[in-house]
Amino acid sequence: MGQQTIGQVGAAGPVTGIAEERRGEPAAPKRGRGSDYRLPFLYILPAAAVLGLVTLYPIVYQIYMSLTDYTRRNLRGNPPEFVGLDNFARILTNDLGISNFNFYRTLAFNVTWTVTNVFFHVTIGIAIALLLNRKRRIIGRRFFRSVFIFPWAMPPLVVAIVWRNMFNREFGAVNLLLGSLGIPNDIRWLESTNAPISFLGFLPLAFYAVLLVNVWLGWPFMMVVATGALQSIPGDLYEAATIDGANRWRQLWDITVPLLQPAMVPAIMYGSILTFNQFNVIYFITGGGPFGRTQILVTQAFELVNPQGLYGVAAAYSIIIFFVLLAITLLQNRYLRGLEVA
Amino acid sequence: MAVQEQAHPLRQERNRGAGQVAPRADFQRSRQYGPMIEDILAHLALIFILLVVLFPVLWVISLALDPRNIARPTSLRLIPPGASLDAFRRILTEPLPNNVGFWTMFRNSMVVSLGTSVVVTAFAVTAAYAFARFRFPGRKWGLFAFIAVQMLPGVATLAPLFVLLNSITVPGADDRLRATLLGLSIAYVSTALPFAIWNLKGYIDTLPTDLEQAAMVDGAGPNRAFIDVILPLILPALAVTMLLGFMAGWTEFILAWTFISDASRITLAMGLYSLQGEYSSQVPWSEFAAMSILITLPVVVVFFLLQRWFVSGLAIGAVKG
Repeated sequence: MGQQTIGQVGAAGPVTGIAEERRGEPAAPKRGRGSDYRLPFLYILPAAAVLGLVTLYPIVYQIYMSLTDYTRRNLRGNPPEFVGLDNFARILTNDLGISNFNFYRTLAFNVTWTVTNVFFHVTIGIAIALLLNRKRRIIGRRFFRSVFIFPWAMPPLVVAIVWRNMFNREFGAVNLLLGSLGIPNDIRWLESTNAPISFLGFLPLAFYAVLLVNVWLGWPFMMVVATGALQSIPGDLYEAATIDGANRWRQLWDITVPLLQPAMVPAIMYGSILTFNQFNVIYFITGGGPFGRTQILVTQAFELVNPQGLYGVAAAYSIIIFFVLLAITLLQNRYLRGLEVA
Repeated sequence: MAVQEQAHPLRQERNRGAGQVAPRADFQRSRQYGPMIEDILAHLALIFILLVVLFPVLWVISLALDPRNIARPTSLRLIPPGASLDAFRRILTEPLPNNVGFWTMFRNSMVVSLGTSVVVTAFAVTAAYAFARFRFPGRKWGLFAFIAVQMLPGVATLAPLFVLLNSITVPGADDRLRATLLGLSIAYVSTALPFAIWNLKGYIDTLPTDLEQAAMVDGAGPNRAFIDVILPLILPALAVTMLLGFMAGWTEFILAWTFISDASRITLAMGLYSLQGEYSSQVPWSEFAAMSILITLPVVVVFFLLQRWFVSGLAIGAVKG
């Protein structure tokens, strides 16, 4: 379900968890070791029973479904046929007979979407955190801090539907605003197939529209993380650097950025998974259009189920998504964590 | 903290470049007026950001207040002429275009999200305790499974959940389990439970073990320690876990839109989505805006009430990371 909402708040939990487990067992009382495991198993039993039934079983069933031609006509009880790896092959060769379906274009767009978004989330988030954290007086500092997290607090579903209407050609706020500034305002934000940046021909105008929305939505999270980390940097480091003659630019790159890293790395890893799976913004604003060019993996997976009703293919597609995510996580774990001083 | 040793080759080059751009003389001269100009610029920047952040919010508010029931909003005004709360009244008292009233959807969303969050938290708490405080075979695998399951986006198990819940007929009612609010809640539990366990385990991990040990020295068994020591300590985390589960269910769309077919069972998220028609001239703009506000308000209030907790939760993550 809406893991966007859930997860964004739980933040960094899963990600730090990986590290914690890697670095060895957390210190805890060693009850139960060596003797009797009945008690912990008893404590886990209720949750395990529920999870086994409603989470684990569907996942296993998903693997079975991915090997069959399960579609709508099998819902009434006649069993689907076993087709082996045919679903996977048809997905990877774009042979589903669905218009605008292109797995590789979707994957490439999804990666582009994630990288650009996270880049802006992090840079804007840190920049504004720095601005709000400056030593000299800021009138209404606390006011700004609390209003700025507004985009994060709003349900993504509502944000996306509202922005979709804001990009409406005739009545949307974006074109009306451009009009009142005297700029040509008949822009077909979501339908135009033109690529504004010519050497990025695969990115239609709609990409920049959804990028704007998701940047609007995503930077406050990074700001909050960066603010927390900034406030834990001891001020005398900067004083010492000033005495040594380092200018502020140098202080930023030699003190602030390295000391922000430990907090930002898990946030970036977490934020990129979140952005990679940002269903709401894409589905409600562009619906994957124009002509499937802003489709991402999760919106495509959804459409395979609803309205297409290709349950077997959708199951296979989800399994592919899982491996894509696994690869991304492993790569990130390796390279981003390598940046840390440990 | 070895800050100097961190210097990355790339970074050093950037530093050199920066040094050249800002010559010393300039720096001296700007010392007097510099800070004041900077103050002004900083505030201007903050006000600009404020406007960008609030723009959509203000737009929705102004639409909701517009009395012309807005077939065509063609100008941008914060308080439109003749502003009224009529759109809110219409949303709350009259059925939407799909013939379902706001309160029916409200009740459906409430039942599903509240039910899910209570059930999930109740099941999660003992498991979280076991994972945080006991060592047992399979523990690592269990934790790894939680991470793996959480990595899956909600869409990823849509197909099997739909097919499986569709194969069960509800006795009495002439319907598939999939199409009922109970079926929808079961699907929500499926994705919410691993997260809840993980979340509570993370919180229990941060608690010192001294209190439990003291209780055990006094002769309490692990069960007593759990009930008398841990449970009271994690009440805030239980409340937060419950609220997070609630908030997720409150605006969930993917499962609801796929599962629910009967109009009387649609949720608020589905209602809002169906308000926007195929063509822009059909959108009842005022009512759409009013409904957006009504759905958002509880979530935003809860968010700001719990904000402290989120931020400290993040800080813990930062320290551990």
